[in-house]
Amino acid sequence: MSAYSAKAPLGLKIAAGAGLAFLHLPILLIFVYAFTTEEKSYQWPPPGLTMKWFAVTWNRPDVWEALYLSLQVAAISTAIAVVLGSFCAAAVAKSRFFGREAVSLMVILPIALPGIITGIALRSAFHLADIPYSMWTIILGHATFCVVVVYNNAVARFRRTSGSLIEASMDLGANGFQTLRYVILPNIGTALLAGGMLAFALSFDEVIVTTFTAGQQATLPIWMLEELVRPRQRPVTNVVAMVVVLVTFLPILGAYYLTRDGDKTAGHGK
Amino acid sequence: MNPSVTASPAVLQRKPGLLARFSDLLWRRPTVLLAVLLAPPVLWLGVIYLGSLFALLAQSFFAIDEFTGLVQYEWTLKTYGELLRPVNLDIITRTVTMAACVTVFAAIVAFPIAYFAARYARGRWKAVFYLGVMLPLWSSYLVKVYAWKLILAKEGILTWGFSKIGLMPLLELILAIPVIGGNSLSVSYIGTFLVFLYVWLPFMILPMQAALERVPVSLLEASADQGANPSETLRHVLLPLALPGVVAGSIFTFSLTLGDYIIPQIVGSSRLFIGQAVYAHQGTAGNIPLAAAFTVVPVVIMGFYLWGAKRMGAFDAL
Repeated sequence: MSAYSAKAPLGLKIAAGAGLAFLHLPILLIFVYAFTTEEKSYQWPPPGLTMKWFAVTWNRPDVWEALYLSLQVAAISTAIAVVLGSFCAAAVAKSRFFGREAVSLMVILPIALPGIITGIALRSAFHLADIPYSMWTIILGHATFCVVVVYNNAVARFRRTSGSLIEASMDLGANGFQTLRYVILPNIGTALLAGGMLAFALSFDEVIVTTFTAGQQATLPIWMLEELVRPRQRPVTNVVAMVVVLVTFLPILGAYYLTRDGDKTAGHGK
Repeated sequence: MNPSVTASPAVLQRKPGLLARFSDLLWRRPTVLLAVLLAPPVLWLGVIYLGSLFALLAQSFFAIDEFTGLVQYEWTLKTYGELLRPVNLDIITRTVTMAACVTVFAAIVAFPIAYFAARYARGRWKAVFYLGVMLPLWSSYLVKVYAWKLILAKEGILTWGFSKIGLMPLLELILAIPVIGGNSLSVSYIGTFLVFLYVWLPFMILPMQAALERVPVSLLEASADQGANPSETLRHVLLPLALPGVVAGSIFTFSLTLGDYIIPQIVGSSRLFIGQAVYAHQGTAGNIPLAAAFTVVPVVIMGFYLWGAKRMGAFDAL
């Protein structure tokens, strides 16, 4: 029996558990603060618990407007990113061509470079081209960095999908579009859905690029940022923060359940 | 598969129609298919993204007229010279030091989590660890920063905890340290550091775990068989093999810290980081050339960093 048995040393268990706790406790704290009766400070422990801030937040038109804009931006950016990302993944995964490495680098670049660079580059380009800031300038930025998540998911699935399936379909008389509809899409569908969900979560949450590409419009993160810099309605911010956590958890859990079987067959969980 | 497709005769029938002919064309000429697939993403990213980046880069070679405050469109290196002023150099050193500290500590905190998840977690625990890292990674960046504003506030949970266990003098001692201390944790470098560490930690765990999962158990057993004790095996076998993962993770922690401007603005002292300097110069000051030159700094640093990382084989661990 070697020292490398199936049982972990106690010290490692404690360190790993403490690390996970470090990652989760701050988020759980948000949930407690959403119920506090304290309005003026971040006092701990909360002097009392109340549900009234949920009603107050519900009746705030500025929160609803910001939420609506965020959902719109996330939905449209995700749609663009799914198309661009899956096209790019199909090209990169299924063929060898000159500049293939450059294309995959170009897709990754918007998230590999600090967001502030993407943001200021887009802003100065809009300025040079005299494009007025609107919802569409926000979408332009979001779609650009959302492509990579769809691309990553799709390219992994394309690599696992055997090319002979497509050839078999063509041999059996299906044309390209029928093959796409009945063979390719069922195979990569869940990967696209998972990528789309992650892209949605990414866009819904983005603030760094958005501060540069938005004019007067406030997405939900922009609204929160203003509250963080100049706190005015702390209880409302607490409730919004909690709702944002819950809203972003759903697509992530969904994406996990859609892709986990695929990861198992690949032999390593990334 | 759809039964209508499998049930159709095996002999290929000529299908008329524009769509069918287009589909045949794509099949017979893969280059056309490739062009159709590549054109939209390449045009979008090439024109919108790379175009903007180059426009920004070009602007860093202009300079601002100090009297009128207007940008002069003449090629010059004057703006880069301005980067070398002590005040701007300070900003750069401060940011790079912070990025380095965050990276080192993220590696230390991440290792046990990544190692446990890669080596010991099975079945349900594997899922727990995976989601345990993915959920904080993907949950809202601003909410995470906000949570730390709550934690680090003077009336917040951390001060409360310290006073409950009677360690208030220790906290005051830590805050009294020059440079990294301050009035309270939320306006000190320690606070900024903690938030950076928290927010980027998952980016270190995931590539580290991927690298550790590829280390065969037999190597560790062999090391033990040769008489190495666990800490020697850790130092001479496990860590060198996990290094590409650490370097891959450090790309994220380092680059993200270099470019962030929101965390130091919300938690920390009023001294600027690179991101804040960029933001300030492009915004109120209207000095786009200097802002552009500032953005070149993290790009150049990351360029060297990536070049070094590639030589260490870090990209296989991504």
